[in-house]
Amino acid sequence: MRTAFIQELILQARKNPKIFLVVGDLGFSVVEPFAKEFPDRFLNAGVAEQNMTGVAAGLASEGFHVFTYSIANFPILRCLEQVRNDVCYHNLPVTVVSVGAGMAYGNLGYSHHAVQDLAIMRTLPNITVFSPADPGETRECVQWLSLNPRPSYLRIGKAGEPDLHGVRGIFDGPLRVCEGRPDVAIVATGSVLKLAIDFASTQAPEKRPSVFSMPLIKPLQKEIKSTLQGFQRIIALEEHVSEGGLFAALCEILTNSSIIHSCSIPEKIKNEVGSQDYLRNQAKLKEMLNRIYKLIS
Amino acid sequence: MVARANASHIGGALSMADLLAVLYSGVLNIRPQDPYWNSRDRFILSKGHSCTSLYATLALKNFFQIQQLESYGKDGSQLMSHISHHVPGVEFSTGSLGHGLPFGCGKALAAKRTGADWRTFVMLSDGELDEGSNWEAILFAPQHKLDNLVAIVDYNKIQSLGSVADVMELDPLADKFRAFRWGVKEIDGHDHDAIHEALATLPFQVGKPSCLIAHTIKGKGVDFMENKLQWHYSSPKPDQLAEALRQIEMGGK
Repeated sequence: MRTAFIQELILQARKNPKIFLVVGDLGFSVVEPFAKEFPDRFLNAGVAEQNMTGVAAGLASEGFHVFTYSIANFPILRCLEQVRNDVCYHNLPVTVVSVGAGMAYGNLGYSHHAVQDLAIMRTLPNITVFSPADPGETRECVQWLSLNPRPSYLRIGKAGEPDLHGVRGIFDGPLRVCEGRPDVAIVATGSVLKLAIDFASTQAPEKRPSVFSMPLIKPLQKEIKSTLQGFQRIIALEEHVSEGGLFAALCEILTNSSIIHSCSIPEKIKNEVGSQDYLRNQAKLKEMLNRIYKLIS
Repeated sequence: MVARANASHIGGALSMADLLAVLYSGVLNIRPQDPYWNSRDRFILSKGHSCTSLYATLALKNFFQIQQLESYGKDGSQLMSHISHHVPGVEFSTGSLGHGLPFGCGKALAAKRTGADWRTFVMLSDGELDEGSNWEAILFAPQHKLDNLVAIVDYNKIQSLGSVADVMELDPLADKFRAFRWGVKEIDGHDHDAIHEALATLPFQVGKPSCLIAHTIKGKGVDFMENKLQWHYSSPKPDQLAEALRQIEMGGK
């Protein structure tokens, strides 16, 4: 996804002279093509995320649309107050890009797991929050942001994620990526959508849940309601703790129409490392999905 | 304003008042009738709690009507008790310390990257130099040769819970900035000629950001407020206000 991000950012930067990329001394073998093509619109701010975000806000206040880029929690939590005050309060066009959504950097340890970010970023004012599931969704997010500069958060995976679907229209509501039952849906955000699609494919056609991808987490649009309110049961699948993320967002907007179940990362921290797939297994996401689905079917 | 709103922070507002007076009397290239004029110098108040003397300065320079000052800190007022960018002439809202200098670095870098010749001035408190974010910016500015950036430290030697020396000593402050590759000048921050002379030639050193360390007195101009920690918090009572105004008017003559 990070390759799709940088390729799309380069395409947009060729058309949009305001795009500026600021990295926090990270992005080896990813950001170089941008830096080479647009040296005047690239900055390595060093290992200093508070200053990076303040500088980004200053650049944005003079007309640039700045993308800050770093890993997992670094461009968010380390400098949360700069994101809140300097960017969001001043309503400046800064897009915070966090690479390594969820447990994409699994074996780098808990410091590198972004599993509270959606909850935190969703509460900030003026912000648009994107959590794409695959390279195609990522490209669409960057295209939209280039046309609509504003305070924003883009949570992307790492490298090598496959394209999961070809449905477009991130502002039309959750994207229907698998046809299925009209009463039960799995709604997923981020690359963990693959689990939902794989799960649906193991079910007999008449028992198959509908599967939706929800890359736009904020603002919560009325289209979410119109797309999902017919489903009596919804499973919210996310590589994030259950508090404040996709599950919470769906609960907030589908207050009366559906019963919503959370399939998410347990808060308890395991003291072991592993690949993203290993940690997803350890978090028992598949088992949780199976169990909830059996319960409600 | 502070008395009417029963607000705090008069000490730090007075310590930088002379600096503001000189900045807004010929140093800053500004057009009050066109506050967002593209070629203006940018002034950022990082010690946003000291906003009253900046609001008063902007009103006296006709950025907005002076009567508006009466609403300071009141219900529904635009003049909040930490500097607000919704007020004409104010570039950036602060209140949480350690935000102004990184933002100013961004503005100065934008000017460099676009070939603009306006300058960015950031007023900092001494206490806020405890914030790590400032030192990130102090490393950053010389790296990018931001010689269009001026940091002014209102060095009144008193921070929120005690003297700077007791809480988190900054000295030798000028040496610290020099070691971080800034051009540095030290002056008496209440000597208008010295302030003017220091800021008349910028940058202090070619290719480097400039740091003006202004030695000041917290609560300057009112004898019972000078160098008193209490006036980081207290709001003057009516008799204190009358006496303070009397002393300041005397001082101005």
